[in-house]
Amino acid sequence: MSNNNPLQPIPCEILNVKKESTHEWTFRVASDADVDHGQFMQLSIPKVGEVPISVSGQGDGWLDFTIRSVGKVTNVIFEKEAGDTLFLRGPYGHGWPVDEFKGKHLVVITGGTGLAPVRSMVNLCADNPKTVKDLTLISGFKNEDGIVFQNELDKWKEHDHFSTTYALDNDEKEGWSTGLVTTFVKDIPFDTFGDDYAVVVVGPPIMMKFTGLELLKNGVPEEKIWMSFERKMSCAIGKCGHCRIDETYVCLDGPVFPYTKARYLVD
Amino acid sequence: MGYYLTRKAMDSFLERLREDHIVYAPKRFDGGGRFSDTDCVRHGEIQTSDEIETDEKSDFSFKEILTPVSETLFYFTENEVRESEGPQKAALVFLRSCDLHAVRRLDEMYLNNGRPDPYYARLRDKIRFALIGCDQSCENGFCVDMGTNRSDNYDISIDPADDGFYIDCRNLEWDGLLGSLAEKELPVEPSFVTENEVRVQIPEDLDARVMNSSMWEEYEGRCINCGRCNFVCPTCSCFSMQDLFYTENGKACERRRVWSSCMVDGFADVAGGGTYRRKNGERMRFKTLHKVLDFKQRAGYQMCVGCGRCDDICPEYISFSGCINKLGDAMQEVTHED
Repeated sequence: MSNNNPLQPIPCEILNVKKESTHEWTFRVASDADVDHGQFMQLSIPKVGEVPISVSGQGDGWLDFTIRSVGKVTNVIFEKEAGDTLFLRGPYGHGWPVDEFKGKHLVVITGGTGLAPVRSMVNLCADNPKTVKDLTLISGFKNEDGIVFQNELDKWKEHDHFSTTYALDNDEKEGWSTGLVTTFVKDIPFDTFGDDYAVVVVGPPIMMKFTGLELLKNGVPEEKIWMSFERKMSCAIGKCGHCRIDETYVCLDGPVFPYTKARYLVD
Repeated sequence: MGYYLTRKAMDSFLERLREDHIVYAPKRFDGGGRFSDTDCVRHGEIQTSDEIETDEKSDFSFKEILTPVSETLFYFTENEVRESEGPQKAALVFLRSCDLHAVRRLDEMYLNNGRPDPYYARLRDKIRFALIGCDQSCENGFCVDMGTNRSDNYDISIDPADDGFYIDCRNLEWDGLLGSLAEKELPVEPSFVTENEVRVQIPEDLDARVMNSSMWEEYEGRCINCGRCNFVCPTCSCFSMQDLFYTENGKACERRRVWSSCMVDGFADVAGGGTYRRKNGERMRFKTLHKVLDFKQRAGYQMCVGCGRCDDICPEYISFSGCINKLGDAMQEVTHED
């Protein structure tokens, strides 16, 4: 059953470690896994444990995982360097409905490392300008030290069909705004989008909650909004029960949910 | 086919079966109970039929046979991963009707909810079931209202009588052997509970709005989040992964899964110190609604089998049937607020 065992991790080589910030590093790992934008995988270090991490980028023979060192497993992952081994299994869950977003005005609102699960999709739109009509990106970070993907943020700013707002919660930074992402929602030109748009929101639970409400307040219907959830998981295949919310399993039915569902999930 | 076997003949049947089966049954562990001078009834391996506890309900369910409390999944040696070996022998498990219905719920979780779980599947394939008839209701059980009082998907059923057992055999492979050992052949139907003292009514209109009811607040003070209700429940199946190493150089280790409880701290912790459902009332709500609402929305039938073990075990005397029976008023409360 080895080849069919959905819980069996595969040892993979770390190709590169990029330090985005003090606590957020991107690990590029050798893998041929076929991953949809927004899906996640289980990363583990035998002896220590296993954690679900969303795929933040992908290419020929590699996958990126942008990880925050905030727990038992991730702290040990941070001791690893290029040439070391990480154990991988997956991908799991449903990613972003990219086909549904194609040809539309896409709005992406992220908080902190919430940028990671949308990064590969944003890059797809950047590299293939015809994917979406245009892309409005609002990315907020707690402070300068929390900024991730600095190079890409700079690069995305230059694209003609991108409109970007980068913000720090309280601090000032040249060329950046100050304030929570919710304060910039009212500036999104929804009236020029007609009916032809979609909004993606990813970040800490509190940020997603208030951004969702702010979008509704600005006349965005809930069926145009999408969110990605993060929960504790032990199996990622619908068995262990940790990620269940009501009758929904984040690992099977998510992590990406339409707001029509996400709004009514109560832990 | 139905048979009457003397105790001696039953023991011969078990002896033959034990050649290629492990036989598990609820049995009495003297002095192993929760209080001084009390016994514990739980599943264990048996040799002879007199070890089967046919009168009292077991304190724990059969589930540890199908989903071990701690189960090794993988062995790691540096970069090598090796899957643990499955069971060599088949098993026969004696259990009651409510528990046999719980097997269907475990199958639902492990085989149908997402991809099949290979560890569960390899154990499940080797297990046969012997139903112990219930000639009267147990204390706290409400199987009749949950529709789990009757079963027919057993391999054999047993009902003790005089110095032997009435047996209904539905496993053709065992029919010949039982026939040859039987004192007589006759139609047998296992006894079933037809009435419980405890009654429950799950409101027809029950939906997620009931979360907003004030009924859950009661449990914030009463529940001490010990998780015992989860561990005795035959349908609770949550687990956590656990890695441990056992060599001096730390290079060899194994990954296990161990039982987990939604009532206990840490179940819903996320990276960075966050957690969901901090309050015991919220946890009671989460567990209760899984048993009588959420599972049904996915699987089409209720999860709770009404065995009543959670009521038996609770150190705070919280009654789960009592909780179910509050849902009607709770729905009234939240729908009138709307």
